[in-house]
Amino acid sequence: MSIRSQTPAADVVIVGSGAGGGMAAYALTRAGVNVTLLEAGLPWDNATDSAMFKWPYESPRRGASTTERPFGEWDACEGGWEIPGEPYTVAQGDQFRWWRARMVGGRTNHWGRISLRFGPRDFKSKTHDGLGDDWPISYADVTPYYERLERLVGVFGSNENIPNSPDSIFQPAPRPRCYELLVQQASCRLNITCVASRLSILTRPLPGRAACHYCGQCNRGCRTNSNFSSTNVLIAPALATGKLTLKTNAMVREITLDRAGKASGVIYVDTKDGTEHLQPARVVVLAASACETSRLLLNSKSASFSNGLANASGTVGKYLTDTTGTDVAGFVPKMMDHVPHNHDGVGGMHVYMPWWLEDKKLDFPRGYHIEVWGGASLPGHGFMGGIHRYPPGGGYGKQLKEDYRRYYGAYVGFSGRGEMIPNENSYCEIDPNVVDRWGIPVLRFHWKWTDHEYLQVKHMQETFRSIIAEMGGEVYSPMPTREQGYGIAAGGVIIHELGGTRMGADPKTSVVNANCQTHDVKNLFVADGAPFTSQADKNPTWTIMALSWRTSDHIADQLKKRAL
Amino acid sequence: MKRREALGAVAAAALTAAFKWTTAEAAKAAEFAREAVKAPYAPTFFTPHEWETVRVLADIVIPKDERSGSATDAGVPEFMDFMMGDRPDGQIPMRGGLAWLDNECFERFGKTFVDSSPENRTAVLNDIAWPKKAKAEHSQGVAFFNMFRDMTASGFWSSKMGIRAGLDWVSGAGAAQTWRSI
Repeated sequence: MSIRSQTPAADVVIVGSGAGGGMAAYALTRAGVNVTLLEAGLPWDNATDSAMFKWPYESPRRGASTTERPFGEWDACEGGWEIPGEPYTVAQGDQFRWWRARMVGGRTNHWGRISLRFGPRDFKSKTHDGLGDDWPISYADVTPYYERLERLVGVFGSNENIPNSPDSIFQPAPRPRCYELLVQQASCRLNITCVASRLSILTRPLPGRAACHYCGQCNRGCRTNSNFSSTNVLIAPALATGKLTLKTNAMVREITLDRAGKASGVIYVDTKDGTEHLQPARVVVLAASACETSRLLLNSKSASFSNGLANASGTVGKYLTDTTGTDVAGFVPKMMDHVPHNHDGVGGMHVYMPWWLEDKKLDFPRGYHIEVWGGASLPGHGFMGGIHRYPPGGGYGKQLKEDYRRYYGAYVGFSGRGEMIPNENSYCEIDPNVVDRWGIPVLRFHWKWTDHEYLQVKHMQETFRSIIAEMGGEVYSPMPTREQGYGIAAGGVIIHELGGTRMGADPKTSVVNANCQTHDVKNLFVADGAPFTSQADKNPTWTIMALSWRTSDHIADQLKKRAL
Repeated sequence: MKRREALGAVAAAALTAAFKWTTAEAAKAAEFAREAVKAPYAPTFFTPHEWETVRVLADIVIPKDERSGSATDAGVPEFMDFMMGDRPDGQIPMRGGLAWLDNECFERFGKTFVDSSPENRTAVLNDIAWPKKAKAEHSQGVAFFNMFRDMTASGFWSSKMGIRAGLDWVSGAGAAQTWRSI
């Protein structure tokens, strides 16, 4: 593997084409900067590759999942928790699953488009409860970028004036579906705030993008570009400037340095033929995902950085978090024998519950939001998963056939998504013994939840059960016990990994500064979830993009001043 | 362009787009799309006896009624045969479960499930079709039948017949009204 060609130098090379990398490519090319964007995975275009309008019977597996597509064969996102040839390891006794996208646009092909701003408190949580650390920046520093993002990408929602779940520049939200109205009424009776969801799916057209037609298949990739993906909303206009070179199948394995200790480019493997290439650049931006960015830095060892690049603090890979999560679903008799009606809408919930117990005395810190699902959806593989859980208890024949019709869609489900506090037992490092198929040393994960997370998830379980009971429903499964972790999803399963190169003012305890610039190497930046100092009870994508835009503005400014 | 026309245009584009299927998968999909056509199908996983059993059992689970045809009319056995190849983890539970059914019938009636009388088949199924009421000694049969019933439902209700004529599934009317606070 010694063949190494050198490609023409770029002003900026970006590693990873997801939310952070796509945003950086968009912002930098608009500022006139020449950018090369390297993506480890495959090319993809929603306009030609999406299976958005397939009927289930157009495939013999009726939409069932495959190894390459764990969320269903028509899911747009190529990737998963296990990727052939790209292993990772987990310390004995710990549980962690590492999800990776391997395609242009990265995880933005997968996510639920839940687009929540972090709130003012989320940047200064330690000030409020003494746990974790405050960010060196505040909500006010990020607000202008949230606003730009909302104008560019589009997000629907409703203005609610909830202190730590700030309003955005919203498009009108779609009306709640029938079962969502029932959820909202029950929540209202229980004093749980339930409002319009906030998703980056257009309900009004934006230039070059149609408003959503409510087919509900966002996860398959939107042919009309009505929902957000990095590929079609950020990378496509960046390519149109003529300033962007996009290379797919380009797996970066190392960041190179010049004699002065500055980053000089990256070495990548062309995964189609295994050849290695050097991509020189004046500035390197890592946006490969929290863990992959940590891995790249740890694998970029040299005489002056024996510990890994930009790792003088020894904290690369540390302070790793994932969102906490658990689900509860149940049968709701009120929804049986429904009059045939339209369940269409966007590919996701129309209502959600932001954290509603701020400053209430609870036995865990921070909070969570609730995602809502249920009702009748396009039938496919796994249809109604277990009719024997419904009141008739099973059966066969004409009665069973009629039961399927009567009970179809008569259920609701809730997913809690909450904030984890970083802890010293949850981190990633390089496994000393294992390499992937490209010879690149792989990550080894360590993961421990604490009572902060267990008790939060217990509260989720109890809350969801109380809502289903209030709706007159029956929960399918018993309350998980303490020994079962109250049903907490394993680390990595919620796919919100953050941290690894956390942001801080002190170079001894953090990897990047307030501009997401590494303390140790001034022309090396991070533009994904790795710089997050803390989680929040919000999905991170919106903040990843706002920060990436802010970082890109800084890079463009510094390049103009020849300061990098 | 009206919404319906727009959908039609994009749907037509979808049909012509290259979707990443193998040729064999595409051929199978085309085959299943012609559910109404009673062309002989050669199973790749099931033995001839298993195939016969699956066809009889699937139609007992979901028979024809006044609104739609039966599981075999909707191509459910073919769907199961494909899934056995696609998800090999399901092979032993399926093969073993069908064998359990034959063993049970043979012990009780001296005949396989398929050769047993309709009354005798019903007697065995009544012991395994309601998990909460089933006796502990039938637990393996219950596990098999839960799986078989779920698979039959997946195959039936996701078929053209199941979606278009069997369920009250309404789509395409749009929900374009905007949010009003409640």
